[in-house]
Amino acid sequence: MSLSAEVWTYVKIVLLVALVPAIVGFVIVLAERRIMAFMQVRLGPNRVGPEGTLQGLADLIKLVVKEDITPARSEKAVHFLAPVLAVIPALTALAVIPFGPPVRIGKALVPLWVADVNIGLLFLLAITSIGVYGIILGGWSSNNKYSLLGGLRSAAQLVSYEVPMGLSLVAVLLMTRSLSLVEIVRRQESTHLWFVFPGLVAFFIYFVSGVAETNRNPFDLPEAESELVSGFNTEYSGVKFAFFFLGEYTAMIIISCVAVTVFFGGWLPPFPNVKALEFLWQVPPVLWFAAKVGVFIFAYIWFRSTFPRYRFDQLMALGWKWLIPMALANILVVAFAILLFPGRTTGLVWLAWIFGGLFVAMYVLAKLRQKLARRERLAAEPHPVEG
Amino acid sequence: MLPRPPQGGEGRGEGGSLTDEKISQAEKDEAAWFAERAKAGAAAAEASAAPEPGTLFDVQEMELNFGPQHPSTHGVLRLVLKVDGEKILEAKPDVGYLHRGTEKLFETETYPMGIPHTDRLDYVAAATNNHAYCLAVEKLLGVEVPRRAQLVRVVLDELQRLSSHLVWLGTSGIDLGAVTPFWYTFREREQILDFFEEYCGARLTLNCMRIGGLPFDLTPGWTERVSEFISDFPARIDEYEQLLTDNRIWKKRTVGVGVISAEECVEWGLTGPIIRGSGVEWDLRRAQPYECYDELDFVVPTRRNGDTYDRYIVRVQEMRQSARIIRQCLEKLEPGEIRGKVPRVIKPPAEEVYASVESPKGELGFYCVSNGSNKPYRMHVRPPSFINLQALPRLAKGHLVSDLVALIGTIDIVLGEVDR
Repeated sequence: MSLSAEVWTYVKIVLLVALVPAIVGFVIVLAERRIMAFMQVRLGPNRVGPEGTLQGLADLIKLVVKEDITPARSEKAVHFLAPVLAVIPALTALAVIPFGPPVRIGKALVPLWVADVNIGLLFLLAITSIGVYGIILGGWSSNNKYSLLGGLRSAAQLVSYEVPMGLSLVAVLLMTRSLSLVEIVRRQESTHLWFVFPGLVAFFIYFVSGVAETNRNPFDLPEAESELVSGFNTEYSGVKFAFFFLGEYTAMIIISCVAVTVFFGGWLPPFPNVKALEFLWQVPPVLWFAAKVGVFIFAYIWFRSTFPRYRFDQLMALGWKWLIPMALANILVVAFAILLFPGRTTGLVWLAWIFGGLFVAMYVLAKLRQKLARRERLAAEPHPVEG
Repeated sequence: MLPRPPQGGEGRGEGGSLTDEKISQAEKDEAAWFAERAKAGAAAAEASAAPEPGTLFDVQEMELNFGPQHPSTHGVLRLVLKVDGEKILEAKPDVGYLHRGTEKLFETETYPMGIPHTDRLDYVAAATNNHAYCLAVEKLLGVEVPRRAQLVRVVLDELQRLSSHLVWLGTSGIDLGAVTPFWYTFREREQILDFFEEYCGARLTLNCMRIGGLPFDLTPGWTERVSEFISDFPARIDEYEQLLTDNRIWKKRTVGVGVISAEECVEWGLTGPIIRGSGVEWDLRRAQPYECYDELDFVVPTRRNGDTYDRYIVRVQEMRQSARIIRQCLEKLEPGEIRGKVPRVIKPPAEEVYASVESPKGELGFYCVSNGSNKPYRMHVRPPSFINLQALPRLAKGHLVSDLVALIGTIDIVLGEVDR
């Protein structure tokens, strides 16, 4: 490794650590609040700066200036450490995510990832699961019953949803034969196939567990406001709270980034092998990546304003009784598809068609069932409601 | 069948006065009864918790103070919970944080001056409170309410029922994590409050009825605006239902949660959507029609299962029926008197009356004792929220903390009325 490469690595680390919180604060939070406001027939923050664009700055100032309260009978050291534990792994995990192909800056060819580790995915799963400790310890050390319940919930929830998440990624690993995230993208380029198609089930499981991993609706039980006041972060204020907040949103970004990298071709434009769509390459790959991540973040926001919250036992049942068996079955199916046509992607293409057909059939069935249930319900109603 | 708590007031009949001994004995009896129930509940919970309780898993009780400052206790309700993990072994409501001595205040004011106090009972449904109070005093006086006033009263009542149910729908959605319906319901509620404001100048504490009739006639164009709103309203209800009724998570959180049978409802004296959700067609508008409800065409929606989901459906159905009632009343409306013949100084004969209306929460009654002066000797309120709240410990036992939130929502309490 030449000297300049090393310098570039440091530059990239600094950029990541500086940029991601800024993006979280200024773009994602504002987007979330404005989009949710739009869905909920209200305006959202639009006072600070033009159209509320500086809201992030105002929030930052508020959080930094706010008094930092440590409860009197808390475990002080752990209480201090917990937010750090929540945010550092999240930021570290960003290191292996390839935001785009290498770009030429001056003479140097700079890859748009900090490190291409050959155990990339494993590293990601390992590092992000450390973030759980921040939440558990934060909940426990606050010496508050609501926080404790929140911490307990998140411990159980995050541990059980790591399993289906890991298992769903195994199915993709069978297709890529590599754990390196860069290699996964390259493989999607060479096979002319986004892995979301043969890995539709895997993607579904991955994203559902991803939402659960990040404590977002409808799985936001550790901080369920209407039940546990604010859950594990009840006793946190000021900068420490901001750290938890940052940790959660960075985790959201990571889940979205991994989903994009593993299932949606990373920085590749849609249908990279189709000649007619070649002009799509004119858009910088980084922008493709950002746009795809944006779609996922939007999905997160959309979920939040649509779904009620699961109950704890139902959440566990969903994880253990549905997602894990599904993930295991999916691994088997994918393995068979690969074994049937060794060395070729034919099996994967078949799989993509089958899963696609299944998906459409299930969607139609679900809609039909919903309609029937509705008709039945309306028929059981006491009186025809005139218009 | 559940054993009933011993009657604390048994001593009242014989001696005519309550001695301290009797009170303390009654309290002791009651406390013993509650302790027994709690023990039975804990034992039942233990029995269902693990195959061999005490050997594999110990039941570790934790006492959790739920409220009075908690985002989803709908005011200042305090619940002392005994929980094992998240499972509720016992829930004891502790009320009185919003006690304002309303019943005593009635005794110090003349009859017309009591109406504003009723606004503050169930503060999301002031019109029905006014109505019940006025009905009681009118019954004392034997006053006839003119037809126009009757119709407008019913319109105001039903608008109030809509707005109260909208508040309930929005907040109980938030309790279960569905934030969005809240904003939709409050959009409509805002319109209803605008109608109230146009009619009487107030949006929340309406003070919109008088003994013998109404304070004001309707403003020009009011009926048109209301009927326009009402014709649009069923579509709005469809909108809320689209978000919740067939939502899998919503159903998971509400179906089978907090089941109470019709018999128990009757035993506990529960009224309103709760008893109708359990299959009892009990609605005072139908059972003891007051004003002009007997000539209106509407249905009392009931469901059979008595769980949170059925109570939700019942309330949504009630909103549709309220819209029908309002439309019918507006069609029947004709110019006329708005106040009956009420003496200038109200001095009812020394009698005791009870009058009640179907408020959005259930049977709201006023029991008025007059001694012939211009102030009531005693005014007792039968608050539906308070009596329905009794069922909460029974409903909550064995459920999780998350369900408790749903249960508080489904009972639909307003603390102003619980604590008075």
